[in-house]
Amino acid sequence: MTVSTELELKSFVLLRLGDRRFAVAADETAELVSPSRVFSFPHRTPSIEGVILRRGRIVPVCDVAEKLIATRLTTRRFYLLALRRYGPRTEWVAIPVTGECELINAELTPASASDEPHVAGWLSHGGDVIEVLNLDALTPGLEDPRRGCVAPSQPGSQATRGSEGEARP
Amino acid sequence: MPSPAPVKPGTLRAEQIILFRIGEQLFALSSSSVQEVRGADSLSGGASEIAAPGVAKVRQFVRRGPNTLFLVSGARHFGLPAREGILAFILRNTRTALLVDGIERMTTMTRLQALPLSFCHEERQWYRGLTALDQTVVPVVCPEGFLSEEELVMLDAAVPPAEASSEETEKELEPEAQTDSNLGTELN
Repeated sequence: MTVSTELELKSFVLLRLGDRRFAVAADETAELVSPSRVFSFPHRTPSIEGVILRRGRIVPVCDVAEKLIATRLTTRRFYLLALRRYGPRTEWVAIPVTGECELINAELTPASASDEPHVAGWLSHGGDVIEVLNLDALTPGLEDPRRGCVAPSQPGSQATRGSEGEARP
Repeated sequence: MPSPAPVKPGTLRAEQIILFRIGEQLFALSSSSVQEVRGADSLSGGASEIAAPGVAKVRQFVRRGPNTLFLVSGARHFGLPAREGILAFILRNTRTALLVDGIERMTTMTRLQALPLSFCHEERQWYRGLTALDQTVVPVVCPEGFLSEEELVMLDAAVPPAEASSEETEKELEPEAQTDSNLGTELN
Protein backbone atom coordinates (compact mmCIF):
# COMPACT_ATOMS: atom_id res chain seq x y z
CA MET A 1 0.00 0.00 0.00
CA THR A 2 1.23 3.44 -0.83
CA VAL A 3 0.66 6.26 1.59
CA SER A 4 0.65 9.55 -0.17
CA THR A 5 1.11 12.67 1.83
CA GLU A 6 -0.44 15.69 0.28
CA LEU A 7 1.46 18.83 0.98
CA GLU A 8 -0.70 21.58 2.33
CA LEU A 9 0.49 24.64 0.53
CA LYS A 10 -0.42 28.05 1.86
CA SER A 11 0.09 31.52 0.48
CA PHE A 12 2.62 33.81 2.07
CA VAL A 13 3.90 37.28 1.42
CA LEU A 14 7.68 37.51 1.56
CA LEU A 15 8.96 40.83 2.81
CA ARG A 16 12.47 42.15 2.99
CA LEU A 17 14.11 43.87 5.94
CA GLY A 18 17.68 44.78 5.11
CA ASP A 19 19.40 41.64 3.91
CA ARG A 20 16.87 39.24 5.37
CA ARG A 21 13.51 37.99 4.21
CA PHE A 22 10.55 37.13 6.37
CA ALA A 23 7.09 35.84 5.59
CA VAL A 24 3.59 36.75 6.68
CA ALA A 25 0.53 34.65 5.92
CA ALA A 26 -1.11 36.15 2.86
CA ASP A 27 -4.52 36.15 4.47
CA GLU A 28 -3.12 38.45 7.15
CA THR A 29 -2.01 41.08 4.68
CA ALA A 30 -4.04 43.76 2.98
CA GLU A 31 -1.87 45.72 0.56
CA LEU A 32 1.54 47.15 -0.16
CA VAL A 33 1.61 50.93 -0.25
CA SER A 34 4.19 53.56 -1.00
CA PRO A 35 5.61 55.41 1.97
CA SER A 36 3.51 58.39 2.89
CA ARG A 37 3.74 61.02 5.54
CA VAL A 38 3.96 59.60 9.03
CA PHE A 39 2.08 61.69 11.56
CA SER A 40 3.71 61.46 14.92
CA PHE A 41 2.45 62.60 18.29
CA PRO A 42 3.53 61.93 21.85
CA HIS A 43 3.06 58.37 23.07
CA ARG A 44 4.96 55.75 25.07
CA THR A 45 4.55 52.60 23.03
CA PRO A 46 7.91 51.29 21.78
CA SER A 47 8.35 50.59 18.07
CA ILE A 48 5.28 52.58 17.02
CA GLU A 49 6.51 55.47 14.90
CA GLY A 50 3.24 57.22 14.36
CA VAL A 51 0.31 56.81 12.01
CA ILE A 52 -0.42 57.13 8.31
CA LEU A 53 -3.66 58.01 6.60
CA ARG A 54 -4.82 55.36 4.18
CA ARG A 55 -8.21 55.57 2.50
CA GLY A 56 -9.63 57.50 5.39
CA ARG A 57 -8.27 55.11 7.97
CA ILE A 58 -5.63 56.02 10.50
CA VAL A 59 -3.12 53.18 10.54
CA PRO A 60 -0.28 52.84 13.05
CA VAL A 61 3.24 52.35 11.68
CA CYS A 62 5.24 49.70 13.49
CA ASP A 63 8.93 49.24 12.72
CA VAL A 64 9.65 45.60 13.48
CA ALA A 65 13.18 45.69 12.08
CA GLU A 66 14.82 46.42 15.40
CA LYS A 67 13.39 43.24 16.88
CA LEU A 68 14.03 41.11 13.83
CA ILE A 69 17.37 42.31 12.50
CA ALA A 70 18.59 44.35 15.46
CA THR A 71 18.71 47.62 13.58
CA ARG A 72 16.26 50.34 12.73
CA LEU A 73 15.46 50.93 9.10
CA THR A 74 17.06 54.05 7.69
CA THR A 75 15.28 53.71 4.37
CA ARG A 76 11.99 52.12 3.51
CA ARG A 77 10.46 51.31 0.21
CA PHE A 78 6.94 50.29 1.06
CA TYR A 79 4.57 49.78 3.93
CA LEU A 80 3.01 46.35 4.13
CA LEU A 81 -0.46 46.76 5.59
CA ALA A 82 -1.15 43.70 7.66
CA LEU A 83 -3.89 42.61 9.98
CA ARG A 84 -3.15 42.50 13.65
CA ARG A 85 -5.48 40.67 16.03
CA TYR A 86 -6.27 42.17 19.41
CA GLY A 87 -8.35 39.55 21.14
CA PRO A 88 -11.56 39.36 19.14
CA ARG A 89 -10.77 42.43 17.07
CA THR A 90 -8.47 43.11 14.16
CA GLU A 91 -6.91 46.32 12.95
CA TRP A 92 -4.44 47.24 10.28
CA VAL A 93 -0.82 47.91 11.09
CA ALA A 94 1.70 49.29 8.60
CA ILE A 95 5.06 47.50 8.55
CA PRO A 96 7.92 49.35 6.81
CA VAL A 97 9.87 47.11 4.45
CA THR A 98 12.98 47.79 2.43
CA GLY A 99 12.23 45.98 -0.83
CA GLU A 100 9.64 44.40 -3.06
CA CYS A 101 7.30 41.85 -1.56
CA GLU A 102 6.58 38.53 -3.22
CA LEU A 103 3.57 36.23 -3.03
CA ILE A 104 4.49 32.56 -2.84
CA ASN A 105 2.91 29.23 -2.03
CA ALA A 106 4.81 27.09 0.40
CA GLU A 107 4.37 24.50 3.08
CA LEU A 108 4.44 25.79 6.63
CA THR A 109 6.50 24.02 9.21
CA PRO A 110 4.96 24.93 12.56
CA ALA A 111 7.11 26.65 15.16
CA SER A 112 8.56 24.60 17.94
CA ALA A 113 8.49 25.36 21.63
CA SER A 114 12.04 26.68 21.44
CA ASP A 115 11.21 29.30 18.83
CA GLU A 116 10.66 32.91 19.72
CA PRO A 117 7.03 33.91 20.29
CA HIS A 118 7.04 36.04 17.15
CA VAL A 119 7.82 32.97 15.00
CA ALA A 120 4.63 31.37 13.69
CA GLY A 121 6.57 28.79 11.71
CA TRP A 122 9.11 28.25 8.99
CA LEU A 123 9.05 27.77 5.27
CA SER A 124 11.60 26.86 2.68
CA HIS A 125 11.86 28.98 -0.44
CA GLY A 126 14.61 29.48 -2.98
CA GLY A 127 17.12 27.66 -0.86
CA ASP A 128 16.41 29.79 2.18
CA VAL A 129 14.66 28.89 5.38
CA ILE A 130 12.40 31.80 6.19
CA GLU A 131 10.68 32.78 9.41
CA VAL A 132 6.93 33.17 9.21
CA LEU A 133 5.98 36.02 11.49
CA ASN A 134 3.34 36.05 14.16
CA LEU A 135 2.43 39.72 14.10
CA ASP A 136 0.31 39.42 17.22
CA ALA A 137 3.43 38.61 19.19
CA LEU A 138 5.75 40.87 17.25
CA THR A 139 3.88 44.14 17.47
CA PRO A 140 2.65 45.87 20.60
CA GLY A 141 -1.00 46.11 21.34
CA LEU A 142 -3.89 46.15 23.69
CA GLU A 143 -4.91 42.51 23.70
CA ASP A 144 -8.18 43.00 25.52
CA PRO A 145 -9.55 46.51 25.33
CA ARG A 146 -11.51 45.94 28.52
CA ARG A 147 -8.61 44.63 30.56
CA GLY A 148 -5.40 46.39 29.85
CA CYS A 149 -2.18 46.55 27.98
CA VAL A 150 0.00 43.71 26.85
CA ALA A 151 3.04 44.90 25.00
CA PRO A 152 5.45 42.11 24.09
CA SER A 153 8.53 44.17 24.73
CA GLN A 154 7.22 45.84 27.86
CA PRO A 155 6.02 43.19 30.25
CA GLY A 156 5.64 45.69 33.04
CA SER A 157 3.52 48.12 31.14
CA GLN A 158 0.60 49.63 32.92
CA ALA A 159 -3.02 48.74 32.51
CA THR A 160 -5.06 50.99 30.34
CA ARG A 161 -8.58 51.83 29.46
CA GLY A 162 -10.59 50.26 26.76
CA SER A 163 -11.08 51.54 23.28
CA GLU A 164 -14.01 51.65 20.99
CA GLY A 165 -13.49 50.78 17.39
CA GLU A 166 -15.04 53.89 16.07
CA ALA A 167 -15.83 56.70 18.41
CA ARG A 168 -18.02 59.50 17.31
CA PRO A 169 -18.03 62.89 18.85
CA MET B 1 -8.78 37.77 3.54
CA PRO B 2 -10.40 38.89 6.77
CA SER B 3 -10.70 42.59 7.06
CA PRO B 4 -10.74 44.85 10.07
CA ALA B 5 -14.03 45.93 11.49
CA PRO B 6 -15.62 48.22 8.93
CA VAL B 7 -16.03 51.86 9.67
CA LYS B 8 -19.46 52.31 11.13
CA PRO B 9 -21.40 54.71 8.99
CA GLY B 10 -23.24 56.39 11.89
CA THR B 11 -24.47 59.90 11.77
CA LEU B 12 -21.88 62.62 11.64
CA ARG B 13 -22.25 65.04 14.47
CA ALA B 14 -19.91 67.97 14.49
CA GLU B 15 -17.94 68.83 17.58
CA GLN B 16 -16.25 72.16 18.15
CA ILE B 17 -12.60 71.75 18.98
CA ILE B 18 -9.69 73.97 19.86
CA LEU B 19 -6.46 73.23 18.03
CA PHE B 20 -3.56 74.20 20.24
CA ARG B 21 0.19 73.82 20.26
CA ILE B 22 2.69 72.64 22.78
CA GLY B 23 6.05 73.31 21.21
CA GLU B 24 5.68 72.20 17.61
CA GLN B 25 3.09 69.57 18.35
CA LEU B 26 -0.54 70.16 17.47
CA PHE B 27 -3.34 68.82 19.67
CA ALA B 28 -7.10 69.13 19.72
CA LEU B 29 -9.41 69.56 22.66
CA SER B 30 -13.17 69.77 22.72
CA SER B 31 -14.12 73.38 23.31
CA SER B 32 -16.92 72.26 25.60
CA SER B 33 -14.35 70.86 27.99
CA VAL B 34 -12.58 74.20 28.37
CA GLN B 35 -14.16 76.34 31.04
CA GLU B 36 -11.80 79.24 30.75
CA VAL B 37 -8.67 80.38 28.92
CA ARG B 38 -6.29 82.57 30.83
CA GLY B 39 -2.84 83.93 30.40
CA ALA B 40 -0.48 81.67 32.29
CA ASP B 41 1.11 84.67 33.99
CA SER B 42 -2.18 85.85 35.39
CA LEU B 43 -2.96 82.44 36.76
CA SER B 44 0.47 81.75 38.14
CA GLY B 45 0.50 85.22 39.69
CA GLY B 46 -1.96 83.92 42.23
CA ALA B 47 -0.45 80.49 42.43
CA SER B 48 1.62 78.79 45.07
CA GLU B 49 4.55 76.49 44.51
CA ILE B 50 4.13 72.78 44.99
CA ALA B 51 6.56 69.89 44.78
CA ALA B 52 4.88 66.51 44.77
CA PRO B 53 7.21 63.55 44.37
CA GLY B 54 6.48 61.77 41.13
CA VAL B 55 4.35 64.56 39.70
CA ALA B 56 6.99 66.82 38.21
CA LYS B 57 4.60 68.19 35.61
CA VAL B 58 2.83 70.18 38.33
CA ARG B 59 4.81 72.94 40.01
CA GLN B 60 2.05 75.32 40.99
CA PHE B 61 -1.49 75.28 42.29
CA VAL B 62 -4.25 77.83 42.70
CA ARG B 63 -7.06 77.84 45.23
CA ARG B 64 -10.47 78.62 43.82
CA GLY B 65 -12.88 78.75 46.69
CA PRO B 66 -13.03 75.26 48.11
CA ASN B 67 -11.26 73.76 45.11
CA THR B 68 -7.61 73.51 44.23
CA LEU B 69 -6.50 73.76 40.61
CA PHE B 70 -3.19 72.28 39.57
CA LEU B 71 -1.20 73.91 36.78
CA VAL B 72 -0.07 71.06 34.57
CA SER B 73 2.80 71.63 32.17
CA GLY B 74 1.61 70.20 28.87
CA ALA B 75 5.20 69.89 27.72
CA ARG B 76 6.21 67.77 30.70
CA HIS B 77 3.03 65.74 30.59
CA PHE B 78 3.66 64.72 26.98
CA GLY B 79 7.45 64.66 27.27
CA LEU B 80 7.92 67.42 24.72
CA PRO B 81 10.90 69.74 24.55
CA ALA B 82 8.97 72.94 25.09
CA ARG B 83 8.74 75.77 27.55
CA GLU B 84 6.18 76.07 30.30
CA GLY B 85 3.44 77.50 28.14
CA ILE B 86 1.91 80.93 28.05
CA LEU B 87 -1.77 80.05 28.09
CA ALA B 88 -3.73 78.06 30.61
CA PHE B 89 -6.83 76.04 29.74
CA ILE B 90 -8.94 75.55 32.83
CA LEU B 91 -10.60 72.26 32.07
CA ARG B 92 -14.20 71.79 33.03
CA ASN B 93 -15.03 69.20 35.68
CA THR B 94 -11.37 68.60 36.42
CA ARG B 95 -8.76 70.12 38.71
CA THR B 96 -6.43 70.80 35.80
CA ALA B 97 -5.21 74.06 34.37
CA LEU B 98 -3.28 72.95 31.30
CA LEU B 99 -0.35 75.12 30.25
CA VAL B 100 0.04 75.32 26.47
CA ASP B 101 2.02 77.46 24.05
CA GLY B 102 -0.80 78.81 21.97
CA ILE B 103 -4.11 78.37 20.25
CA GLU B 104 -3.88 77.57 16.57
CA ARG B 105 -7.54 77.95 15.75
CA MET B 106 -11.00 76.68 16.54
CA THR B 107 -12.60 74.30 14.10
CA THR B 108 -15.05 71.44 13.84
CA MET B 109 -14.40 67.74 13.73
CA THR B 110 -16.94 65.35 12.35
CA ARG B 111 -15.17 62.11 13.04
CA LEU B 112 -13.14 60.84 15.95
CA GLN B 113 -11.31 57.57 15.38
CA ALA B 114 -10.45 55.52 18.43
CA LEU B 115 -6.76 55.34 19.18
CA PRO B 116 -5.45 52.24 17.36
CA LEU B 117 -5.00 49.33 19.71
CA SER B 118 -1.29 49.23 18.87
CA PHE B 119 -0.95 52.15 21.22
CA CYS B 120 -1.05 50.53 24.61
CA HIS B 121 0.61 52.72 27.19
CA GLU B 122 -0.14 56.00 28.94
CA GLU B 123 -1.35 57.50 25.68
CA ARG B 124 -4.59 55.59 26.10
CA GLN B 125 -5.33 57.83 29.08
CA TRP B 126 -4.09 60.92 27.27
CA TYR B 127 -6.23 60.79 24.17
CA ARG B 128 -9.90 60.34 23.34
CA GLY B 129 -8.80 59.39 19.87
CA LEU B 130 -7.44 60.80 16.63
CA THR B 131 -9.03 62.99 14.04
CA ALA B 132 -8.01 63.81 10.49
CA LEU B 133 -8.13 67.50 9.64
CA ASP B 134 -6.92 68.86 6.31
CA GLN B 135 -4.92 65.69 5.61
CA THR B 136 -3.26 65.92 9.01
CA VAL B 137 -3.82 63.60 11.93
CA VAL B 138 -4.34 65.33 15.26
CA PRO B 139 -4.63 63.64 18.63
CA VAL B 140 -7.70 64.72 20.58
CA VAL B 141 -6.76 64.99 24.23
CA CYS B 142 -8.86 63.72 27.09
CA PRO B 143 -9.42 66.42 29.74
CA GLU B 144 -9.43 63.85 32.53
CA GLY B 145 -6.18 62.33 31.30
CA PHE B 146 -3.79 64.93 32.61
CA LEU B 147 -3.97 64.00 36.27
CA SER B 148 -4.71 60.49 37.43
CA GLU B 149 -6.43 59.71 40.71
CA GLU B 150 -3.09 58.63 42.11
CA GLU B 151 -1.43 61.86 41.06
CA LEU B 152 -4.24 63.90 42.58
CA VAL B 153 -3.79 62.08 45.86
CA MET B 154 -0.06 62.85 45.81
CA LEU B 155 -0.71 66.47 44.90
CA ASP B 156 -3.34 66.91 47.58
CA ALA B 157 -0.90 65.51 50.10
CA ALA B 158 1.67 68.08 49.01
CA VAL B 159 -0.65 71.07 49.18
CA PRO B 160 -0.05 73.11 52.33
CA PRO B 161 -3.03 73.82 54.60
CA ALA B 162 -5.34 76.54 53.32
CA GLU B 163 -4.35 79.01 56.04
CA ALA B 164 -0.76 78.91 54.90
CA SER B 165 -1.58 80.21 51.46
CA SER B 166 -4.90 81.92 52.02
CA GLU B 167 -3.57 85.18 50.68
CA GLU B 168 -3.10 83.58 47.31
CA THR B 169 -6.66 82.61 46.71
CA GLU B 170 -8.75 83.04 43.67
CA LYS B 171 -10.14 86.26 45.17
CA GLU B 172 -7.16 87.94 43.64
CA LEU B 173 -7.79 86.40 40.27
CA GLU B 174 -11.43 87.23 39.70
CA PRO B 175 -11.09 91.02 39.49
CA GLU B 176 -7.99 90.67 37.34
CA ALA B 177 -9.84 88.59 34.84
CA GLN B 178 -12.25 91.46 34.27
CA THR B 179 -9.57 93.90 33.28
CA ASP B 180 -7.29 92.02 30.97
CA SER B 181 -8.68 91.10 27.60
CA ASN B 182 -6.34 88.14 27.39
CA LEU B 183 -7.65 86.64 30.55
CA GLY B 184 -10.69 84.83 31.69
CA THR B 185 -11.99 83.96 28.25
CA GLU B 186 -15.08 81.99 29.03
CA LEU B 187 -15.87 79.21 26.62
CA ASN B 188 -19.33 77.74 26.34
